[in-house]
Amino acid sequence: MSYYFAIIGTQDNPLFEYEFGTSKQGGDGQPRFSEQARHLNQFILHSSLDIVEEVQWTSNQLYLKAIDKFFNNYISCFLTAGNTKFLLLHQPTGGGAAAAAAGGNSSSTRSSTSIGANPTSAATEEAVKNFMGEVYENYVKATMSPFYKVNMEIKSPVFRARVAAAGRKYL
Amino acid sequence: MAHLATGKPVGGSKEQSGGGLRYPTNGKTIYHRPLNRSKTSELSQASFAYLFSEMISYAQKRVTGIQDLEKRLNLQGHPIGLKLLDLLLIREPARTQARPLNIIALLHFIKINIWQHLFGRQADRLEKSSNPDTPDEYMIIDNEPLVNAYVSVPREMSQLNCAAFVAGIIEGVCDGAAFPARVTAHSVGGKEEGEMWPGKTVFLVKFQPEVLEREALIGKG
Repeated sequence: MSYYFAIIGTQDNPLFEYEFGTSKQGGDGQPRFSEQARHLNQFILHSSLDIVEEVQWTSNQLYLKAIDKFFNNYISCFLTAGNTKFLLLHQPTGGGAAAAAAGGNSSSTRSSTSIGANPTSAATEEAVKNFMGEVYENYVKATMSPFYKVNMEIKSPVFRARVAAAGRKYL
Repeated sequence: MAHLATGKPVGGSKEQSGGGLRYPTNGKTIYHRPLNRSKTSELSQASFAYLFSEMISYAQKRVTGIQDLEKRLNLQGHPIGLKLLDLLLIREPARTQARPLNIIALLHFIKINIWQHLFGRQADRLEKSSNPDTPDEYMIIDNEPLVNAYVSVPREMSQLNCAAFVAGIIEGVCDGAAFPARVTAHSVGGKEEGEMWPGKTVFLVKFQPEVLEREALIGKG
């Protein structure tokens, strides 16, 4: 299971991005995107912004669940009150074209039992929701800085470490 | 001394790895501080009044007219509103956290949550414009704005209402929640003796046409 997480500002501008792998089921937390597919992640993620704009007026929840799917890539979205989008692309290893491209990677053998193996299951949704909630808390803390203006890139290494910790904890 | 002794090595080791980022000596960043604030930790109104008077005179130094001055006060409040929106939402209990989807929900959030947070009480009234030509106008009414408590407006500037700062905060909240609007503050209290609320202020919220258009579409389902 590999994840690509990005925070998108209100002008559809990226504020933060982070790539990581699962830490559950003995995962080492390293992303296993294939080299050919890796640079597509940003495109796939941003292409789901249109769907976010459709879905955001149908639900008043912050977490909008998995909203988009591109082959084997699932996109989950969390929308803050200030219209900043947290998008998480998850790509299960094992089965699907992307995993085949990943080749005989050792990760494909252990993925079947992980929470990520079934990206639309309730357990996965709950894990992603918890992850998003923790990132949201840290994002609000980042915005509390008087030197931070809305839509500014978040460069703080402390924030990055906090996101990484949330990823290890829940995904 | 113990404080300094523990602080130094932390700062030193982080400096090597963190590429120029400087940590505070106690190692605590903004991310280590809790977002929730206890009910008792209010700020003194005197210190706010002092700060606010400086903000007004700062804004007043470089303006040509009252409208310009109000515009500047508005701009000072705007970023506060943008940030308050997310802060107050995350302080809500998790079950009731919801993004405002329509105008009424948004105005209620302002009237109740924002006012409670800023002034320790709710706004006094919420009204929709009764004029059929302006369905995009809503009014938030405060009988006694806290920011104006120690402001006496000179006679020649009677148009001025320093609650333009609060109007800026409201505008920030509306803009942040994707309900772009123009918000202005107007004094409506009567000047005669015996008037109950001489400082009564109306915050006129005028939403952009696209907000009403979307509202109609959502309403249809």
